[in-house]
Amino acid sequence: MSDAPSDSEVPGPRHGGDYAPSVAERLALYQRAGGLVTPLLTTVIAFFIGGVVVAATGHNPISTYKGIFEGTGLNWFFPWVSGTERVVAEFNLQQTLLVTTTLILTGLAVAFAFRCGMFNIGGQGQYTVGAITAVWVGTVWADLPGIPHAIIAIVLAMLAGAVWAGIAGILKATVGAHEVITTIMLNWIAYWIGTYAFGGGGPLQNDANKSVPISSDVDPDARLPVWWGEELLQGLHIGFFVAIAALVVYWFVLSRTTLGYEVRAVGFSPEAARYGGINVARNYFLAMAISGVFAGLGGALDILGWQFRLGSLDIQVSQIGFIGIAVALLGRNTAIGVGFAALLFGALLYGTSTRSLDPDVFPPELAGNLTLMIQALVLLFVGADLIVIYLWSLRRKLRRSRLAEVPA
Amino acid sequence: MTAPAAAVRPTLLDRLPRGARAVAWAGILLGLLAFFVALPPITVRSPVVPFLLGLLGIAAGIWALTRGVRRLGWSAIVLSILGIGLGYLATLSGEAKLSGVVVWSALLAAMLRFATPLTFAAIGGMFSERSGVVNIGLEGMMLMGAFFAILAADKLNSWPLGILAAIVAGGLTALIHAFVSIQLRADQIVSGTAINFLALGVTGYFFIDTYGDQGTPGSGIPRIPEVDLGFLGSVPRAGEFLEAVFGHLNLMIWLSFLTLIVAYVVMFKSPIGLRIRSVGEHPRAADTVGISVYLVRYLCVMVSGMLAALGGAYLSIGFLGSFNENMTAGRGFIALAALIFGNWRPLGAFGAALLFGFSSALAQRLPEYSTSGAVLFQALPYVLTLIAVAGVIGRSIPPAAIGRPYVKQ
Repeated sequence: MSDAPSDSEVPGPRHGGDYAPSVAERLALYQRAGGLVTPLLTTVIAFFIGGVVVAATGHNPISTYKGIFEGTGLNWFFPWVSGTERVVAEFNLQQTLLVTTTLILTGLAVAFAFRCGMFNIGGQGQYTVGAITAVWVGTVWADLPGIPHAIIAIVLAMLAGAVWAGIAGILKATVGAHEVITTIMLNWIAYWIGTYAFGGGGPLQNDANKSVPISSDVDPDARLPVWWGEELLQGLHIGFFVAIAALVVYWFVLSRTTLGYEVRAVGFSPEAARYGGINVARNYFLAMAISGVFAGLGGALDILGWQFRLGSLDIQVSQIGFIGIAVALLGRNTAIGVGFAALLFGALLYGTSTRSLDPDVFPPELAGNLTLMIQALVLLFVGADLIVIYLWSLRRKLRRSRLAEVPA
Repeated sequence: MTAPAAAVRPTLLDRLPRGARAVAWAGILLGLLAFFVALPPITVRSPVVPFLLGLLGIAAGIWALTRGVRRLGWSAIVLSILGIGLGYLATLSGEAKLSGVVVWSALLAAMLRFATPLTFAAIGGMFSERSGVVNIGLEGMMLMGAFFAILAADKLNSWPLGILAAIVAGGLTALIHAFVSIQLRADQIVSGTAINFLALGVTGYFFIDTYGDQGTPGSGIPRIPEVDLGFLGSVPRAGEFLEAVFGHLNLMIWLSFLTLIVAYVVMFKSPIGLRIRSVGEHPRAADTVGISVYLVRYLCVMVSGMLAALGGAYLSIGFLGSFNENMTAGRGFIALAALIFGNWRPLGAFGAALLFGFSSALAQRLPEYSTSGAVLFQALPYVLTLIAVAGVIGRSIPPAAIGRPYVKQ
């Protein structure tokens, strides 16, 4: 498909129309206007404001951020880190990448729907049903041999995610119900189904202790092999490569297949796509279902890779699907962008957790909330692209006027 | 729904349902009755009675459907089927157990307690969304209200100042949403999501920074008082019941009723409301006749934040007297669901808030029958809203220009 239009050929935003450009048009615009600068700038400003809050409440922002950074294990990449420090860094980096794996997938779940002009807030619910399905297959179908067991669990979890998102897709395609409303409702339905399934007397609760609202452990056969680090110390499982592969698949489907071309066409302008003979309703459904596949896969990998069990409380406190929204938007809904944004948020999440942050440097309970604030600020600034675009066009105008002055 | 303009001013009598609509309403009532007769104090023990009543309700619904009354007709059918099922289940249950779970006065009082935060937030959401700004940040604004209410009440030792602090905090949080989504024309969903995260982070951070792991002090924080209407007890016959339901309600519950009436009058009976709705339906037209689209939207979004924060303040210093991280726990989203279920109208939203409040109150007592079933029951508001937007039972239709930023010309 060499004739698929590249981003630079996308028609510019409407001017003077009744309303501001649609989501997709704005996306096209800020992919050109921002490039790499906006996300970087956004992140820097968000971290800066976070630092101001830390300083205002009487802590040292520099040592706080240093502590968080060392907790992420990213210092493993520095060649001068050695000895015990290196061992600790190695372990921390594995944990960071565990979170990154999931965030890549929940990020893609938001990004794919976004490229079709839809806002999938339902990543959390799709992730949850994926995880529940993986627990179900992993614990109840214990007779299956190892590799097929894991594969069946993953495939069914992906399917569950697709169905969950597909409900929103079908409602959008047939009766035009807004996907934001339907996915919010589906999130909470998944939340209560999960709370029910593992809670007191629920169908997936463990048999050993009925007072604990948690599932049995997944059959050891069905667990994903660890390729980096100790299996007993929660090393990094092969699901990491699955997530990387998902990024490649995402890029390939969107930019090299007919399906991706249609999805993007609908995203840019449903009316124009319909006029061009594209079945818009079908694409709405497919794009949502594919989004759900990504999120459901994320849930399955978490269960089979390192959690091995799921409790009502896990479902209630999990925010991983919502963070996917920040990942997708910061990553500009591109494969590479989502990868790096997932790494950033994965590092931030693990670096501020009680397990990695030294309480003497900065209380981790505060740091967890700091992460939420930084995330919110990133979303606010990424959303408020107008400032960036305004500054950008101003700069271009300045440059042009300077050029114009030279020959005169 | 609304009466034809200027022609003839409809009297209350004209607005009563006629013909097929009246039959559909009768069907709805029959469906409810099918369940009601099986409960205390009537407690019919034969399943035949709820079954017959439900069948009549279904017949009424179908008849209304054939006359083109879709929304009400379907409602009658669905409620009647539910009524038969629930009524049948109730006849199976032991009589003693039934009278232990279904204590109407306690259930109704609990319903009002659960519905109040939803009512505040849903009416707040109505202002924002009627002016064309989606507000999925209600949850965050509510949380801000809950935290800053208790912080101010504790530090300044006064509950009115706590309420004031909640209003200010909610208004300022909403101002961020307004600035980003109106002025900077950012995506309103992104902005709302950001507000939810921000509120979670800010309240969690300052909560732990102020109170540490110990949490808010259990006693000593001034609470919003209850309104004691003990004299209701002396009303003949119904006195005991009235006192149990309305006798000891929190001040905020009465305030929510007042807010509801004011919101209804402002939105549908005043020029201000007309302006708000015109901005939400067709901002270009509103702009042309000289209404400042930005000003209206700014004010509406801020009002929505203040009202949502009042709901939060009720939770922290009215209902519980304490705060913990993420204490709203999705109530902002239930309020959003109530708003949508109530078709973006104040009375509709209030009705939905009462319905969802009642389902929470019932869920509290259902563990008597089944612990896991009671948990699943809490998904009901979301399922109902999903059905409502799917259009099976009449469509919920949002304001026309919702979610779209306006560009001045």
